[in-house]
Amino acid sequence: MKGYTRYFGGKLVWFLITLVCAFILNFILPRLMPGDPVAGIVSRLAQGLSDATGVQAIYEQYTELFGTNKPLLEQFFIYLRNVANGDFGFSISQFPRTVADVIRASILWTVCLQFPAIIVGWMIGNTLGALAAYIRKGFDRVLMPVSIFLSNVPAFGMAIILLVIFGVNLDWFPTSGGYGFDMIPNASWDFVWSVFIHYQMPFWSIVLISIGGQAIGMRSMSIYELNADYVKYARFLGIKDRKIIGYVFRNAMLPQVTGLALALGTMVGGALFAEIIFSYPGLGTTIYRAVLGGDYPLISATALIITLMVLIATFAIEILYGFIDPRIKAAQAD
Amino acid sequence: MRYLIQQVFRSPRFLFGFGILMAMLLMVIIYPLIVTYPPLEIISQGTFLPPGIYVSVYDSIDPANRYILHLDDATTKRIASKLGDDDRLAMQEWLLAVGVPENEIDLQDTVKLLEQWENHFDPTVKITGMTNAQRNYYIRLNASLDGILSTEGAIIAESNSQTGSLEQKDIVEQSYYVNVNQVPNVRVLPLGTDNFGRDVLTELVKATAVSLQIGLVAGIIATMIGLILGLLAGYVGEVVDDGIMFLTNLFTVIPTIVLLILISYSIGQEKRGAVTIAVVIGVTSWVWTARAVRAQVISLRNRDHVNLSKLSGHSIFRIILRDILPYIASYVVMALILQISTAILAEAGLSILGLGPRTTEVPTLGLMMNWAMIYQAQILGKWWAIFPVIVVIALVSFSMNLMNTGLDQVFNPTIRD
Repeated sequence: MKGYTRYFGGKLVWFLITLVCAFILNFILPRLMPGDPVAGIVSRLAQGLSDATGVQAIYEQYTELFGTNKPLLEQFFIYLRNVANGDFGFSISQFPRTVADVIRASILWTVCLQFPAIIVGWMIGNTLGALAAYIRKGFDRVLMPVSIFLSNVPAFGMAIILLVIFGVNLDWFPTSGGYGFDMIPNASWDFVWSVFIHYQMPFWSIVLISIGGQAIGMRSMSIYELNADYVKYARFLGIKDRKIIGYVFRNAMLPQVTGLALALGTMVGGALFAEIIFSYPGLGTTIYRAVLGGDYPLISATALIITLMVLIATFAIEILYGFIDPRIKAAQAD
Repeated sequence: MRYLIQQVFRSPRFLFGFGILMAMLLMVIIYPLIVTYPPLEIISQGTFLPPGIYVSVYDSIDPANRYILHLDDATTKRIASKLGDDDRLAMQEWLLAVGVPENEIDLQDTVKLLEQWENHFDPTVKITGMTNAQRNYYIRLNASLDGILSTEGAIIAESNSQTGSLEQKDIVEQSYYVNVNQVPNVRVLPLGTDNFGRDVLTELVKATAVSLQIGLVAGIIATMIGLILGLLAGYVGEVVDDGIMFLTNLFTVIPTIVLLILISYSIGQEKRGAVTIAVVIGVTSWVWTARAVRAQVISLRNRDHVNLSKLSGHSIFRIILRDILPYIASYVVMALILQISTAILAEAGLSILGLGPRTTEVPTLGLMMNWAMIYQAQILGKWWAIFPVIVVIALVSFSMNLMNTGLDQVFNPTIRD
């Protein structure tokens, strides 16, 4: 068990350090800019409000929340305390809702959309890549150009293409929202069906953009492994082809799992744009609306939550990796 | 070196990607020389004019360049453009609803159909089950059918300044034609106009140029930072390596888009020029280059020629410059190409969010997407405002990736098929 403990311990420490750094970045970036951040927020906000006392009240609320009249270190601890309490202040663009409230309403949509889509895309991509490496010939000829093309269409481009083809021209799926605009969330079949129908296009656009890159990566990994010495040796020994293929693809998978952990940030970034195009009620759309509305507290909090989600997912993948990587297993046996 | 370049240009993938990129560059350079209109000039009233050739109506009624052509299908075409098959079916529906027997209606006999329509259509009649929108459609249809079978010309009149009455000045017969080449005011809008009424193609060419510049600046900055950090981490090692790797790992996990959003928002709308955005993108996207360079340098660090240089007492600077850089130059070029294409994508993403360069001076590919999306071009079916932009972005990134894989195959013989 010692090998595992060390591995997981190391990963956990690294996770915590990254978390702290993400906090610091989120805290310090707006404060690095010249001028008083609270004044900046309120001035942008005040353009929409004519009530002087309202502006004053919001100014005071944010001064207290940010603690801008105190030294930087103390501000940081105030910020940490607020975050720990889930207190991000009022959302400016959706006043009088609080930021925590807005995020709570959208986070589940994002989690349920992005992670299944990324994982399905990853699986399909890897399967196709492995097949291309094994079959070669015609399949490979078709798959490779398609994969290269798919991996080069930007995430928002893919979403718009799907939207125009299947949403506007063919009218198979609704073009925006997470459920019918005339519905109130409830436990009826109608509502579930509406959610399901609205789910399809954002889901498949994320899947499609993740397939290409994964298929290319898996194909070259598998080709590399198929030509490795141990495969030839195993063939000499007369081991069945099917068994060898099993080993080969397991070895080729390992770098792909690490690759997933490393690329997760980029993939989530792309998926956020799919949400924006389809006005899916998740974090991507929230951050888009927040930018449009000049809602700094909401932008900052959403950015933090997205980072946190990616960090946790990466951590989870690394833990999983510990269980499937034979080298770490071997270290455990020592 | 010459041999290497020859090799590179023999790789079909590289050539293909290079060809696409060069074609786009040529377009960006040559197009403004031919079409000299300012790219952000608002030329149309109203938004999203469809692609086509726009001919001045006023200039084309000038009697000086008037020709008479007798074309057999002219009338048929004129009627078809106003009375399509769908409209005929709709008319049949109305006629059936007001009680005309079905066998009396012949959809192909335009004269008879119009006569029946004339006799039976009444906008005040309420037909059960008909929505308001449908009723309005019939009223519009009726208005457009007015005078459709007329063989008379259109009269151009002038108001008399004394009496105020209209006096016939000219008559435009149906057989009159105008040669487009002789009309002084013709504007070709191959991609129509955008939401502000600007020529999309001219704007797109300028936007491509600006986006490529942003990509180049951001790519160079990112590659320089990545190269320096990678060299330091790989060659100096120990504490420096630990420190740099810590930073690199950190920025690998934190999503770049989140950093970009936070930084661009903090900079503020007024200070966000194209160059600022390029610098911001460059500063946040060096991570992968640093990793790759470090790995390369570590494998080079203990080669004989490097050790020999060390023994000869050369300075670190000189060793890096003379003994290490030439070996990783190919990697750096490849990284630069990838960085440029990611930077263009990053700019597009930021602009879609509304955090791109400020909007008044230059267009970028991302800003064009942003404008089109704010005006719902994708939902309204105004494909010309949004698809060309996506195609250009995809082509840029496709060509650069092809060049990259082509280079990869030349420099790494092991992964050649």
